[in-house]
Amino acid sequence: MKLAEPRLSYALLGLSFVLVTVSLLMIFIVVPTEATMGIIQRIFYYHVPVAWVAFLAFFVVFVASIMYLWKRDRKWDTIAAASAELGVVFTTLVLITGSIWAKPIWGVWWTWDARLTTSLVLWLIYVAYLLVRSYIAEEEKAARFAAVVGIIGFIDVPIVFLAIFLWGTQHPSPVIFDGGLAPTMLATLLISLAAITSVYFLLLLRRIAIKNTEIELNNIRQLHD
Amino acid sequence: MNPTLTKILAIMRKDIIAELRTREVIVSVLVFALLVIVIFNFAFGADRPIMEAVAPGVLWVAFAFAGVLALNRTFIPEKENACLEGVLSCPVSREAIYLGKMLAAFIFMLAVEAITLPVFALLFNLPVLSFPIILTTVLATLGFVAVGTLFSALAVNTRAREMILPILFLPVAVPVIISAVKASTLALAGQPWGEMFSWLQIIVAFDVVFLVVSYLIFNFIIEE
Repeated sequence: MKLAEPRLSYALLGLSFVLVTVSLLMIFIVVPTEATMGIIQRIFYYHVPVAWVAFLAFFVVFVASIMYLWKRDRKWDTIAAASAELGVVFTTLVLITGSIWAKPIWGVWWTWDARLTTSLVLWLIYVAYLLVRSYIAEEEKAARFAAVVGIIGFIDVPIVFLAIFLWGTQHPSPVIFDGGLAPTMLATLLISLAAITSVYFLLLLRRIAIKNTEIELNNIRQLHD
Repeated sequence: MNPTLTKILAIMRKDIIAELRTREVIVSVLVFALLVIVIFNFAFGADRPIMEAVAPGVLWVAFAFAGVLALNRTFIPEKENACLEGVLSCPVSREAIYLGKMLAAFIFMLAVEAITLPVFALLFNLPVLSFPIILTTVLATLGFVAVGTLFSALAVNTRAREMILPILFLPVAVPVIISAVKASTLALAGQPWGEMFSWLQIIVAFDVVFLVVSYLIFNFIIEE
């Protein structure tokens, strides 16, 4: 895996570059302006994929956490930690792009709507996950405790969403799969989704590589002491 | 009696006896819960219509924060005198330790709430001592302690100790807090059971899911 990693990273870097370029061309030149919302609607082509990928990132944390507790292989912990950091970054982007869209459309930066509130709670849960990691010095213990939080946090998400949804929603409901989206719009969305997903995996690989280097450096330092 | 049940009850009894000797948790948590209610009274003013609107929220903020305080105390005393090693060397499974400590925390919380609710009813002249609100309180408290006992064991083993529990516990407990506030609001407004039912369902789902998951996952927290 060590030898293949740089090559895979370069391949993903190239793929991300091409996909992001194409998606930006689609968003700003090819796709028509939406009739009722106007130009601001174009942010949706990044907002929605980023939200999906943030969720994917937390799902990866969940699976890697289970695998870590089961196999006790440090590899899984590194994946979980890297993916949690990315998930928090992507959720932050979702909250920011959503606010930029909401201001001209709803007239406010923020409203306590189900999807918004769930994203915020999700963000808080995974910030707590990162804090738990940082408050434990022993690496094996940090990995174990983080895995527990990674599992509990993800299981909580559907219950949080259910409760907040019942509590009240005003977010536009997804129109993506019931034919409510023009073909070019759907194509733009899918290309953006591919672009963001590719960027996620690229960043994940790089973050894991950096973490592995950190671990190696620590080992060398301990040998010298 | 079932031997596992005996062990669970033994752990629970140990915590209750320790609490009866010191009266540390229940008294301080109770005073804290009452203080939260009094402070909120100043924050919102004592106008009757305003108070009626915010009462369920005030009640559940008080219970959630008091819960954090009480749950922190489930494991900190064990850590302070290295009692956890003693508990761990007992011939009981980790799952039994979880259930025993969880039940003890549940009883402490219920004791605090059993005093807070009538005082709240008296101070604000609101009918919070009704069966729907008591049922909501019992179910929501079970959800709090189910996930809170697990997080308490986790928090006490970190450098930040009592700081980490609210940060972990409150966002995860969001569905219970929302549902409990909504159910109490409906009950206070004298609504029939029908509408409350969906909120109680969410709380029960939370209770069941996190009792099972915490039970399964607890032995990963206290491994050493």
